[in-house]
Amino acid sequence: MSRSRLGARLTPYLLVLPGWLWLVVFFVVPTFVMLSVSTQTGDIVSGFQQTFHWRTYVDGWNQYHTQFIRSIVYGLITTLLCLVIAYPVAYWIAFRGGAHKSSLLFLILLPFFVSFVIRTQSWNFILSDNGMLLSALKNWGLVSQDFHILATAPAVIGGLTYNFLPFMVLPIYVGLERLDPALLEAAADLYGSKTATFRKVVLPLSMPGVFAGVLLTFVPAAADYVNAAILGGARTTMIGNVIQTEYFTNLDYPKASALSFILMAALLLGVFAYARVLGTEDVLDVAAR
Amino acid sequence: MSTLISPQAGRQTTSRPDRAGRRPRRRWLLPLWSWLVIAWLASPIIVMIVFGFNDTTGKFNIRWQGFTLRWYRDLFTIPDLTQALENSLTIAVIVTVLATIMGTLLGVALGRYRFRGSGSINLLMFANIAAPEVVLGAALLSLFLTVGVPRGYWTIVIAQVMFSIAYVAVTVRARMAGLDPSLEEAARDLGAGPYATFFRVTLPSIMPGVLAGALLTCALSIDDFIITSFNAGNTVTFPLWVYGASRTGVPPQVNVMGTLIFMLGVLLALVGVVYNRRKV
Repeated sequence: MSRSRLGARLTPYLLVLPGWLWLVVFFVVPTFVMLSVSTQTGDIVSGFQQTFHWRTYVDGWNQYHTQFIRSIVYGLITTLLCLVIAYPVAYWIAFRGGAHKSSLLFLILLPFFVSFVIRTQSWNFILSDNGMLLSALKNWGLVSQDFHILATAPAVIGGLTYNFLPFMVLPIYVGLERLDPALLEAAADLYGSKTATFRKVVLPLSMPGVFAGVLLTFVPAAADYVNAAILGGARTTMIGNVIQTEYFTNLDYPKASALSFILMAALLLGVFAYARVLGTEDVLDVAAR
Repeated sequence: MSTLISPQAGRQTTSRPDRAGRRPRRRWLLPLWSWLVIAWLASPIIVMIVFGFNDTTGKFNIRWQGFTLRWYRDLFTIPDLTQALENSLTIAVIVTVLATIMGTLLGVALGRYRFRGSGSINLLMFANIAAPEVVLGAALLSLFLTVGVPRGYWTIVIAQVMFSIAYVAVTVRARMAGLDPSLEEAARDLGAGPYATFFRVTLPSIMPGVLAGALLTCALSIDDFIITSFNAGNTVTFPLWVYGASRTGVPPQVNVMGTLIFMLGVLLALVGVVYNRRKV
């Protein structure tokens, strides 16, 4: 009897063990290893020694604060654009979608069936200086001959907005869809105008979805380097590009680790402060749908 | 409801256009906006599909030069690209199996049992999902560099399983939360052992969640660029190959492969929808 009780108490631990172990060994431990690497000194030829050289953080920040700030700014603009573009779409599908809700949602998710790199590459192709869009505009004389979009900030931000938009639509849609229609009727019965109903009923109740969407958009957008690499130029380099270059071109592992750590600390602190307001389960559950 | 509003109330508000009535004049604005967004989302996909049929001669597949099915016939004529696609597909299968098993077990435990430490596991998964990809990739690379593990096929598998487990777990946990515990109790009362209960009752009930998690993992795996590129060494996957080619010009075969993966994904998703409908 007591043996089976013990077995029952051990069951959840046995179930979580493999997944938990995998996450600890390949996610938690590496994070601490990265912290350790970031304070080492040396070079790739003679090897790196642990010297607790925290100055690398100061040097890294001094050298690359432009890219850091640019990444945060691009991330914020992208998030804002996604929010402005996605909210009406989510609203329309949730309240006017009728029987076609799932089909419309499916259309929003279509980009996910094409590789992220190919989608971005496809935009490079559409927007390139002699590409279909610009050569047409130039032929019609709508823009000057030397006009270009690639290698500018709008190209990178546009690419980011494009790539992360579905992450904003989905959680907002889920939030709106759960909203009880009776609440809207009640608002109308109480002579609430459409604007007032939206502002006082719909908008507050959709906030958890908006929060989740902001989270799911901002973090990957600020830390992305694919869009900046394919659509950007020398003046749109983001911190992700810097980290990638430090690892693979300069082979300066301590600096690359320090920069990664600053990025993670900045983003995770923001995220946890943000999630505290909501509770992590809510954010994750909305994110999972 | 507006029929209940007295005409007087309606008149009082004519100065405010949004209260003018049940049918505002700009009703088309919302659908128009939404369809524009959908068109925008679809445009690079359409371009990808169309230019897979382009009868291009040079290295650059930029200008439309006529229709051809040549690239579908010559799909596997670039050995590196074929190898990259093969790597992507086999890695996706291995990662999906591993991550789905571990993620499902995690999700079942978190959704069914209350146990000490479950909060910290939730937090761990949340951090894993919320952490930026560059950092996940860089951290794992730091580990492999420090321990001296050569990067390649299996480090890609390790990396992709690491970022997929939490997604599966969250999906399954949500499904478990909606499951009536009395079903399992009934099975036990009828003499089913823990394994029979799990495989005959619990697993079939959470199957839609498990399948959704598996599909998501498969999609994430085939698509992943950032984390994979950090831990790939000399092994090349499909997105890695395309990224490398983007500087010199992407051959039409990439468009064709992208199109085929797209079609397969859409098909699988539709099958999933039909399957779920049937169940309900």
